[in-house]
Amino acid sequence: MSEKELAIIRDIPNNDWFVSGHGACPGCGMTIAVKNIMRIIGNNSTVYVPASCLIVVSAVYPTSSFRTPLFFTAFENTGAVTTGIKAAYRRLGKDATVVGIAGDGGTFDIGLQALSGAAERGEDVLYVCVDNEAYMNTGIQRSGSTPFGAWTTTTPVGKKTKGKRQMKKDMMDLVIGHNVEYAATLSIAHYNDFVKKVDKAKRKSGFRFLHVLTPCVPGWKTESAKTVEIAKLAVETGMWTLFEYEDGEARATYRPKQLLPVTDYLQLQGRFRHMPSEDIKVLQRWVCNKYYWHFGHEAEQPACAMFKGEPEMHFDGDPLHGV
Amino acid sequence: MMKVLSADHAVAWGVRLAKAEVIPAFPITPQTLIIELLSEFIFDGDMDAEFIPADSEHSAMSIAVGASAGGVRTFTATSSQGLALMHEMLYASPQNRLPVVMANVNRSLGAAAGIWLEHNDSMAARDSGWMQCYVEDNQEALDMTLQAYKVAEDPRVMMPLMICLDGFVLSHTVDGVDVPEQAKVDDFLPRFRPLYSLDPADPKVINPIVPPDYAMEMRYQLDRIMESSRQAIKEVDSAFAKRFGRGYGGLFEAYRMDDAEYALLSLGTATSTARAAVDELREEGKRAGLIKLRFMRPFPHDELLAACKDLKALGVFDRSLSFNRYGPVFTEVRNSLHELSLPITDHVGGLGGRDLTLGHMREIFANIERSAKGEKVRTCSWYGLRGEQE
Repeated sequence: MSEKELAIIRDIPNNDWFVSGHGACPGCGMTIAVKNIMRIIGNNSTVYVPASCLIVVSAVYPTSSFRTPLFFTAFENTGAVTTGIKAAYRRLGKDATVVGIAGDGGTFDIGLQALSGAAERGEDVLYVCVDNEAYMNTGIQRSGSTPFGAWTTTTPVGKKTKGKRQMKKDMMDLVIGHNVEYAATLSIAHYNDFVKKVDKAKRKSGFRFLHVLTPCVPGWKTESAKTVEIAKLAVETGMWTLFEYEDGEARATYRPKQLLPVTDYLQLQGRFRHMPSEDIKVLQRWVCNKYYWHFGHEAEQPACAMFKGEPEMHFDGDPLHGV
Repeated sequence: MMKVLSADHAVAWGVRLAKAEVIPAFPITPQTLIIELLSEFIFDGDMDAEFIPADSEHSAMSIAVGASAGGVRTFTATSSQGLALMHEMLYASPQNRLPVVMANVNRSLGAAAGIWLEHNDSMAARDSGWMQCYVEDNQEALDMTLQAYKVAEDPRVMMPLMICLDGFVLSHTVDGVDVPEQAKVDDFLPRFRPLYSLDPADPKVINPIVPPDYAMEMRYQLDRIMESSRQAIKEVDSAFAKRFGRGYGGLFEAYRMDDAEYALLSLGTATSTARAAVDELREEGKRAGLIKLRFMRPFPHDELLAACKDLKALGVFDRSLSFNRYGPVFTEVRNSLHELSLPITDHVGGLGGRDLTLGHMREIFANIERSAKGEKVRTCSWYGLRGEQE
């Protein structure tokens, strides 16, 4: 590709291929992500969207917010349908980017098998996971992506049990396990990083995976004006780590200088409001383990000092095990 | 060129001659011979197509649907549990007018698990909007594969078609098959390029969310298209007969029906056994006839009514059950013929791979003959069943 590589937020082309008029909630993090991803990918592309908020807000007959071809069929087959479209394009000699944009449920849970199949076969498609950490489209049910402690309608704050008792699934690790061409995490609050990664994914061929954390106003119980601020705090507290996997190696692309305590992130969201201090400590411990795993132990974090000398956390489903 | 082929291999040859371009598949007995031979064709360079080893049948059908929406000819094959797993994805192609062709090698589905012949896998898919055709022998398996693309891709139709063939009894049984010349097939079945597809140069949405304001009209349209596909099926079969010298009668074949007093309607390989029974009965001076049902969808309501109007009794063979007293074929037939004052009886046999013999067929015809004489016979009888029927 002869076009100039994109490096900073100013480089984002301003032609929109995902346009306004869609039905998403004010402050929706997912549409911010999709709009900007589509600006970078451009219109020589075809988009597949499985069952999700995205299909419901963007393509109700006879309208569409996508100005590129758009296809939808079911929930669990993003890896497979994109495979089929790309195979047809190879036969027809069409050099277009085939993009699948699935939610966390459609990626972590019900869509994991088709995703794994496509990744293992090395299909030449770009898979984007817009991760709002629950089944928001059906009314905020818990997914494999929901973080520990969070309230959802299927992990309610009960008299006996309060919120989700399991940790968030490490989706990037599973994808990287397929030795894919490229995988990266994105944040809608760190645009220079965002631009570079989406542009890189677009330029490469083979299986590419982009994982973007997309705050959800009704699902996270947040203020609509604070979506980007929350996305930023997710990175600054270590709840969301920005890194990429390329040429067989993972590399952090943004490192918080000093981890903010996880409570800075939790307190802006109603879904964590009930969390008792021992649960917050479990989550902080998980964050610290993740941070040291990514960045090494040489930069000790004050937020993690309380865990000093404790063994690594090996989470086996029991939140208190090994803590 | 004559070749000795199993019916599975005959289907694979049909797919090769039809030049399907994207072939996603997942293994399941007794279908696997089809995709094994197709992989050999492709890996040897004898066939220019993409073979995609899917992670499941659900993904295989998803890939086929994606490739079809992308604008190329596709093929996949399955059986039984595999068809059940892809059931959800069956519904993606009819309403979106994607002419995917699939072979389903009939095998019993579900508990009382087995790999043997029964029609309860494909019958469960008859309301999905797929055209469904049942073949009798190896030659028909190949010929129907070619006809299937011609029908499915007809601009008046543009609907998916499922070729059903009996597991083992047909799929793994070898027979002499005339494999047509490639040039003749190319002439009959030119390369497929649909009018509408997912194309960045001409962007459009395929399969958006459809609110109640529009969905019902779309369903009506689909029903009318299925109805009108009957004409395309008949035309394609005639055109095929003219080109290749073999015709199958379109929606069904009437065998020794001209002066028949009573007849059996059957589908799949049971038809061959029934044919032998009819021949024996004719030699004995009895006016027995046979209707070989080829298409379960579109169901030939009007054509069947015309064919049965002079009968005194009709029997229907079912190789599966609705677990509501009757088999699905019987229910369809009686539905179509309700205006005839004709005794119609259901005859169930060969479930779970149980042998269906000429003796059973003679019993079936004997019961139909009794009902033609006005005797009261059971509405639904089972054959080859151990123990007493209630």
